[in-house]
Amino acid sequence: MAERAARPGPGTAEVFVRAPGAGLAAAALRARGAGPTGAGPVGGRGLCGEPARGFAPPQPGLAAAMIHSLFLINASGDIFLEKHWKSVVSRSVCDYFFEAQERASEAENVPPVIPTPHHYLLSVYRHKIFFVAVIQSEVPPLFVIEFLHRVVDTFQDYFGVCSEVIIKDNVVVVYEVLEEMLDNGFPLATESNILKELIKPPTILRTVVNTITGSTNVGDQLPTGQLSVVPWRRTGVKYTNNEAYFDVIEEIDAIIDKSGSTITAEIQGVIDACVKLTGMPDLTLSFMNPRLLDDVSFHPCVRFKRWESERILSFIPPDGNFRLLSYHVSAQNLVAIPVYVKHNISFRDSSSLGRFEITVGPKQTMGKTVEGVMVTSQMPKSVLNMTLTPSQGTHVFDPVTKLLSWDVGKINPQKLPSLKGSVSLQAGTSKPDENPTINLQFKIQQLAISGLKVNRLDMYGEKYKPFKGIKYMTKAGKFQVRT
Amino acid sequence: MTDSKYFTTTKKGEIFELKAELNSDKKEKKKEAVKKVIASMTVGKDVSALFPDVVNCMQTDNLELKKLVYLYLMNYAKSQPDMAIMAVNTFVKDCEDPNPLIRALAVRTMGCIRVDKITEYLCEPLRKCLKDEDPYVRKTAAVCVAKLHDINAQLVEDQGFLDTLKDLISDSNPMVVANAVAALSEIAESHPSSNLLDLNPQSINKLLTALNECTEWGQIFILDCLANYMPKDDREAQSICERVTPRLSHANSAVVLSAVKVLMKFMEMLSKDLDYYGTLLKKLAPPLVTLLSAEPELQYVALRNINLIVQKRPEILKHEMKVFFVKYNDPIYVKLEKLDIMIRLASQANIAQVLAELKEYATEVDVDFVRKAVRAIGRCAIKVEQSAERCVSTLLDLIQTKVNYVVQEAIVVIKDIFRKYPNKYESVIATLCENLDSLDEPEARAAMIWIVGEYAERIDNADELLESFLEGFHDESTQVQLQLLTAIVKLFLKKPTETQELVQQVLSLATQDSDNPDLRDRGYIYWRLLSTDPVAAKEVVLAEKPLISEETDLIEPTLLDELICYIGTLASVYHKPPSAFVEGSRGVVHKSLPPRTGSSESAESPDTAPSGGPAADQPSVIPTQGDLLGDLLNLDLGPPVSGPPMATSAVQMGAVDLLGDSLMGGSGGSFTPAPSTTAPTNVGAPLGSGLGDLFDLTGGVGTLSGSYVAPKTVWLPAMKAKGLEISGTFSRQVGSISMDLVLTNKALQVMSDFAIQFNRNSFGLAPAAPLQVHAPLAPNQSVEITLPLNTVGSVMKMEPLNNLQVAVKNNIDVFYFSTLYPLHILFVEDGKMERQMFLATWKDIPNENETQFQIKDCSLNADAVSSKLQGSNIFTIAKRNVEGQDMLYQSLKLTNGIWVLAELRIQPSNPSFTVHPTPACSHPPGAGGHVPAVGPPQLLVVLVPAPLSLSRGEGGTAPVGTAEAHRGVPTVKRCPRGIP
Repeated sequence: MAERAARPGPGTAEVFVRAPGAGLAAAALRARGAGPTGAGPVGGRGLCGEPARGFAPPQPGLAAAMIHSLFLINASGDIFLEKHWKSVVSRSVCDYFFEAQERASEAENVPPVIPTPHHYLLSVYRHKIFFVAVIQSEVPPLFVIEFLHRVVDTFQDYFGVCSEVIIKDNVVVVYEVLEEMLDNGFPLATESNILKELIKPPTILRTVVNTITGSTNVGDQLPTGQLSVVPWRRTGVKYTNNEAYFDVIEEIDAIIDKSGSTITAEIQGVIDACVKLTGMPDLTLSFMNPRLLDDVSFHPCVRFKRWESERILSFIPPDGNFRLLSYHVSAQNLVAIPVYVKHNISFRDSSSLGRFEITVGPKQTMGKTVEGVMVTSQMPKSVLNMTLTPSQGTHVFDPVTKLLSWDVGKINPQKLPSLKGSVSLQAGTSKPDENPTINLQFKIQQLAISGLKVNRLDMYGEKYKPFKGIKYMTKAGKFQVRT
Repeated sequence: MTDSKYFTTTKKGEIFELKAELNSDKKEKKKEAVKKVIASMTVGKDVSALFPDVVNCMQTDNLELKKLVYLYLMNYAKSQPDMAIMAVNTFVKDCEDPNPLIRALAVRTMGCIRVDKITEYLCEPLRKCLKDEDPYVRKTAAVCVAKLHDINAQLVEDQGFLDTLKDLISDSNPMVVANAVAALSEIAESHPSSNLLDLNPQSINKLLTALNECTEWGQIFILDCLANYMPKDDREAQSICERVTPRLSHANSAVVLSAVKVLMKFMEMLSKDLDYYGTLLKKLAPPLVTLLSAEPELQYVALRNINLIVQKRPEILKHEMKVFFVKYNDPIYVKLEKLDIMIRLASQANIAQVLAELKEYATEVDVDFVRKAVRAIGRCAIKVEQSAERCVSTLLDLIQTKVNYVVQEAIVVIKDIFRKYPNKYESVIATLCENLDSLDEPEARAAMIWIVGEYAERIDNADELLESFLEGFHDESTQVQLQLLTAIVKLFLKKPTETQELVQQVLSLATQDSDNPDLRDRGYIYWRLLSTDPVAAKEVVLAEKPLISEETDLIEPTLLDELICYIGTLASVYHKPPSAFVEGSRGVVHKSLPPRTGSSESAESPDTAPSGGPAADQPSVIPTQGDLLGDLLNLDLGPPVSGPPMATSAVQMGAVDLLGDSLMGGSGGSFTPAPSTTAPTNVGAPLGSGLGDLFDLTGGVGTLSGSYVAPKTVWLPAMKAKGLEISGTFSRQVGSISMDLVLTNKALQVMSDFAIQFNRNSFGLAPAAPLQVHAPLAPNQSVEITLPLNTVGSVMKMEPLNNLQVAVKNNIDVFYFSTLYPLHILFVEDGKMERQMFLATWKDIPNENETQFQIKDCSLNADAVSSKLQGSNIFTIAKRNVEGQDMLYQSLKLTNGIWVLAELRIQPSNPSFTVHPTPACSHPPGAGGHVPAVGPPQLLVVLVPAPLSLSRGEGGTAPVGTAEAHRGVPTVKRCPRGIP
């Protein structure tokens, strides 16, 4: 629209006189490239997933805060909280979001970036809540999305769970926290340690004490860590029991094809720490096989230079729980697949009864037990019901959502768990086109499937002897078996 | 007891109740009441009526209460500005508080209150806080400057806050540095021309140091700022890369992506032979892969960016195909992006794997995804030639499934495969024809009809098949109708004997019964072609079609390069440059990748100047393509009509038009002061800058005989013209004007059939000959053309005066751009006025038509100036020396007969010239009347219409030095006039 306003002058429209025959010439041009798409693109631009809607023009003059406002929206489309860091943006802007929400078949499929005439809406969906940020100028979307995830993490940290009810119950604290996290749209304090010093998390005890003494849950001192060289740690930490625990947790993402061979497999690993140490401890953590870790992301406390040169993690830890590093192992030969699924699923063409049989067994488990096994599979729409018998565990088939889930429990290598039975199809429908994919969940304690092992943990800078512990665990991430 | 109780107040008299509680004596009750107010605010209820009561609670020692009141204030101050002023005192007091937390809180909140009256009071406390001893306060104050700038930019500049902010970049605390960078970036965004973030090796070094120490968010600001820097050579680029690389291991994905942007950009400068280049390539892959294990929303943004990176540097991820395989529970938006990248990475080495995956996807539940998967198979066939056969057989397998939408998609892509590999896979046509009846989507029907028409000679019953479609002709969509029309005409040309009836039927359906002009036009053309010259019809309709290639899906290289500079931004998500969605072209700085070279020379050349620097002034003046589009839609691209009949009147009109609004007809003989003040400035600007060009005598001496020629500038960037780049300049040589053009083909296909056309303009400039490009322009080829111009075109006053709108056509499309031509190309050779006439004219020029400005840094003496100006047809009429200053009196005449007189004062000790151009107007007897002069506020312009009988001077051809323009500084002082 603005382009029109910038036209050179009102008289311009009549400038170029259309010569006789011009229209004809154009038509001839068109006729020559008479293929269905002319010389157009193959396959169409649609693959790029571009939104159909036009572009929202972020107005350069008004370019301002990175994150303008935040709306929290529940699954049924109610805005139950709004926070504005600059001027108030009318909640009608969310109508564009609701439109997108309606179009998407499931909540997970709502696109994370939605353009509107004057704003952009960036959203994340977690804990059945949409966190919708409104931005007006060109900002890095990852910046906003990362921040939104950080908001969710903070809520979870403060209240234990993050849900609509708990947010409503603590709306004032939520509001205060949001105000501390952003100033003018710029992140201000996002470290949970610092936030908790500024705004104390609600506890039953504190509520009672506050009511009696009239004190508040807002800290009135500048958090000490915020500007020091180690902003993630406050000074003057004191514990009677000094302990440092590290959990090495690995998740396997894999796609296994019909015949049981691996299509892709990768490991997402993290080392989560719970460190409760007095004073300013300086820790080093070394691995037996650090070469496994070639793709790592560190907590800011880790000294990167030291890692580069010696492959040793050296850091002053934050106080309490934090994620020390996350890593990614994708080299195929390094990823062991700890379980296999034998399946025999057939929807017979002629009769309305099909056969269904799956067996789960251990594969490369390094002698450890596979437990917490859970099998889920989305059946085709034409499946009416399933009559199945498990050799162990319990199973449920939901005839409405067509979701089959089987809680297997532990795998005993001597007696492999199996689930057998028949499938009844809707009469008169043809054989389903799609084959169900089997989704697997499991846990293996005391094993990091990549083979990563911590060598030793040392502490410098403090005199006392801490208690140290390392735990390993392997879990299924997105582990899928095609049938 | 939870906060939900705050929502459970009784509906009736809610506000009244709260009011009472807010005014309670009990502290605790007050606080509870404020909490209730805040709770109502969070759900969007209007509680602004409580403003005075809440503000009364502000003066308290209780920090929580204070914060709550501040929260309220920020929300409602704007709606109650008069009330908000009540809070100012408390703010100012809090800014002096010994507790830094309170000082910071106060300055931060004040910045959020967007009320003019309050911002006035903010300046002093803010100044103190920017220099506060506590870094926490300083960092908060830095952001506050950005807030204030958003409310009142002038105030921030006047108060010198910008300089203080720049100083903060050197602060000892990394957090303060990061916030200062963030604030400066934000301010710079709204003032793209201001050189706020003056990046030089020293400041870059400071930023790199702060990068290691500040928070993750600060790192993003700093990295984005670094990306705008242009290293002076490859060594500097490498050293920055080395210091940025550790950021790739950051846990925050936004930091990672910003680091990737810096590396992708600076890599451009590194030589590919360098070991470091290879190392860097290897280091880029793992972090990109890791981004894909993050939350789906992050994955989506990452994938959109990876899509760009893969196109720019496929080598980075060529071994990582598998991470893009789709998991069945990925959100649909992630699935589609992964699919797209899979095709981009597909190569002979991995095609088997990719095809197996795609076939798997084609049996999924989600219809949209299945369709895209089928299309992807077709794209693979077109991209990897060796796999075409396998792809076709996969598609045939899918057709056998008889799943309706799969079949339809498959037919659409098979049509594309036919167009890529003609006469290779026609054996499958039989199978396709079997599915004719199940096609219900227009695209699939159109594709099928195209196939039948294209291969009509091989399909025995082609006429029957097409006839069956014809029955419901009017119910079909336009796409199908057009296709059917073309297909039947093709059929007729191939088998004329059996299909005469059919073709007549379709032609009459298309031309007589249809309301669609496209269809009707096409129908008429075919009809006429067939009836007049069947041979020609055959040549047109059955012409060989260009092969399609995978490249049609790629982003144009120039656009891709620009987008690489925007990695991590919204532009990268939408694959469009910000200029495409920022209104108007003002305010957008084009970013470009640095050239691959180590020499510092090229990095400093204006074309590759750092993107943060001021863009050339043209883009801000010239309307964008879009503006012109509407106006020029009716453009005829035939050779220009240069008929003499209109010429005379056009010139007359030109003089009149030039005067714009202040036109006073041809009636009286008296001067009329210009009533308009807006139009004249526009006359002045081009004239002034043009003179600046001519006077710039410091540059090298031109070798051409003729007037000053400006260096070529890019008029039409390739991005806006589907790969055609046009740069050029204007020149005047021995009485003829020409436009020197360089056309460069930056697209992937050959360009031909060039034509050019001008819009009406102030001086009637028009091409004197058609645009001659002899051979088609191959990709990456350039051609230089000199287009002769004349001034007999039709005339219309443009804004600015020397604006020229141009349309260029080639075989691809028609493109529009506009440019400013230097006025001196219009100075004619007989522009020397007779002395007496000059004197008489000069005296008659009214004062308000006079202006004056200075040309600086010009170290030539009067004679040299005089001879140089003569080269550009500005003639010296007289010269005198007054008090040691040389005075030159000059005249020039424009092509439309308007005279301009000027006085030039040269102070020997001072290299600045004062020009006093007084475009002249005389009233010689017999003239049709005086055209009144437009009096710009500063430039004195007196205009004389053409039909004057003035004496002619000799045309000179001395060379004139060229260099960039120094615009004279206008002064208000008037200098004495008159000739000795």
